[in-house]
Amino acid sequence: MLNRLFWKKREFSVTYQFGFATIALICFFALYAPISTLVFYSFNAGNNLMLWEGFSFQWYVEASKNELVQEAAIRSLIIAVCASLISTLVATMAALGTTRTAPFKGQKLIFIMINQPLMVPEIVTAVALLIFFAIIKTFTNYYGLGYLITAHAAFCVPFAYLPIKARLDGMDLSMETAAGDLYATPFVVFRRITLPLLWPGILAGAMLSFVISLDDVIITEFVKTAGQDTLPTYMLGQLRRVITPEINAISSVLLAVSLVVVTIFFLFTRKRY
Amino acid sequence: MARKLSEMEAERIKRKNRANWLLSMPAILLLLFAASGPLLIVIVYSFLTPGNYGGILWEFSGEAWFKVLFAQDIFDDTISLSDAHLSIFWRSVQLSFLTTLICLILGFPTAYFIATRPPKTRNIWLFLITIPFWTNLLIRTFAILELIRNKGVINNSLISLGIINEPINMLYTDMAIVIGMTYVYLPLMVLPIYAAMERFDFRYVEAGFDLYASRFKVMRRIILPIIKPGVIAGSILVFVPSLGAYVTPRILGGGKNLMIGNLIELQFGQGKNWPLGAALAVTMLLIVLLALIFYMRISQRSEQKDAQ
Repeated sequence: MLNRLFWKKREFSVTYQFGFATIALICFFALYAPISTLVFYSFNAGNNLMLWEGFSFQWYVEASKNELVQEAAIRSLIIAVCASLISTLVATMAALGTTRTAPFKGQKLIFIMINQPLMVPEIVTAVALLIFFAIIKTFTNYYGLGYLITAHAAFCVPFAYLPIKARLDGMDLSMETAAGDLYATPFVVFRRITLPLLWPGILAGAMLSFVISLDDVIITEFVKTAGQDTLPTYMLGQLRRVITPEINAISSVLLAVSLVVVTIFFLFTRKRY
Repeated sequence: MARKLSEMEAERIKRKNRANWLLSMPAILLLLFAASGPLLIVIVYSFLTPGNYGGILWEFSGEAWFKVLFAQDIFDDTISLSDAHLSIFWRSVQLSFLTTLICLILGFPTAYFIATRPPKTRNIWLFLITIPFWTNLLIRTFAILELIRNKGVINNSLISLGIINEPINMLYTDMAIVIGMTYVYLPLMVLPIYAAMERFDFRYVEAGFDLYASRFKVMRRIILPIIKPGVIAGSILVFVPSLGAYVTPRILGGGKNLMIGNLIELQFGQGKNWPLGAALAVTMLLIVLLALIFYMRISQRSEQKDAQ
């Protein structure tokens, strides 16, 4: 049945495989059903998580009045903005250094270094940072947000790097060479030609790292000192207690932020697909 | 003159290399400081003595590594294989493997489906699979929690439909963990298979049909061998984070059904045995490294085959 609907009925389809379309559509349904349910119940008027008692914004209001949530939200934003700015800056430089160049000594090492956060399980990095920062804390007596920002900036680097590198790979050097032939200094070439062309990649990288930082749970949970909850760690803490639809409301807001940012990202990089 | 030119060229390349390294330096320093470097400290810590209230004492001790695999009886000091740790390791590997398998069974047809859409709608399907990938892992796990709880949507609707009388107990079981991890990591399986599938030339399939192959045979003898690198990449991408999973087993597995990630966390929390936690973390890292080496070997071999 489903196959009939989604596969164009032709004499003979080369690509058809029995049951594949059905499984795919079930997968798409299964991916979205739980999130949709969660968002749906965030508008529940009652305080029972799963008993629908009518539509209301009650839990959004409640969440926005909760001081802990406010503080966590602001902290999340500060960390995500700082971390994505830092990681995008260093990733842009690294991408400029590692693409559009003849293979050089140590290039592979740089690739491995940059992609390392994608390969090491987050819990291992989290434990490592817990230990390392505990040592630093005893020496410096500094307990601020700097640790969280540094940690986030580090694991965001590969996410910022990949779209920037992809963009650079698609740009040839002819424009820059032409500008150089017309006596533009390297700085002018970079500012007037490379940067404007690279800009969509940089923005895409910044947005991805922003979302990744905003969503991080494990590393934040281990690195934070008392009273430094971000929205995700606050939610993780709440899950141990009685859960109210307030969590649904916070989740829905976070989901909306991710959705908007990722959609913009998709529009920026669409040409590549 | 010719020699001089080549010297100048060498000089130029040298300068370019130095510039490349200088540009990459900030990223490398950041990662050394807050990602790679601390991993070395974990290795050091795994050989130290635990402090009384967490932390460590700077005395060498192999006890943590001994404890990873063995347990010493409190009463008669007999040494035996640590059932608790081994069973958690074994369970983690089993659950991760099962998750990978289910993700493969569901993800391969999905990737195939997306790749065989006309180019215009393909982007929309791709977008739909990417969205969950970029949304919060904690929120997605929480969504599953709400579905499968005893008073969750699934049980409530089954009861109100009169199919069951008592709620089916799904939460805090191994099955819940597998469902959660499959849900969370499925896009990681679909995306690399899709990437491999996208470049696939369906003229091979046509040729297969011309030679009287069945649909099944076309899949097994033509499509699968060519897509294999994507399948392996997807499997690794699902297996590695499953093995390191911490949030999903914590929320869906309750306190009892631990995985390695939770065991590690326990040593830094209640257990107050940092060296043991460090040793367990290094063990996990080693397992992941083995999986990655295995992956690189296979992908290299298939590259060599392509080159021939």
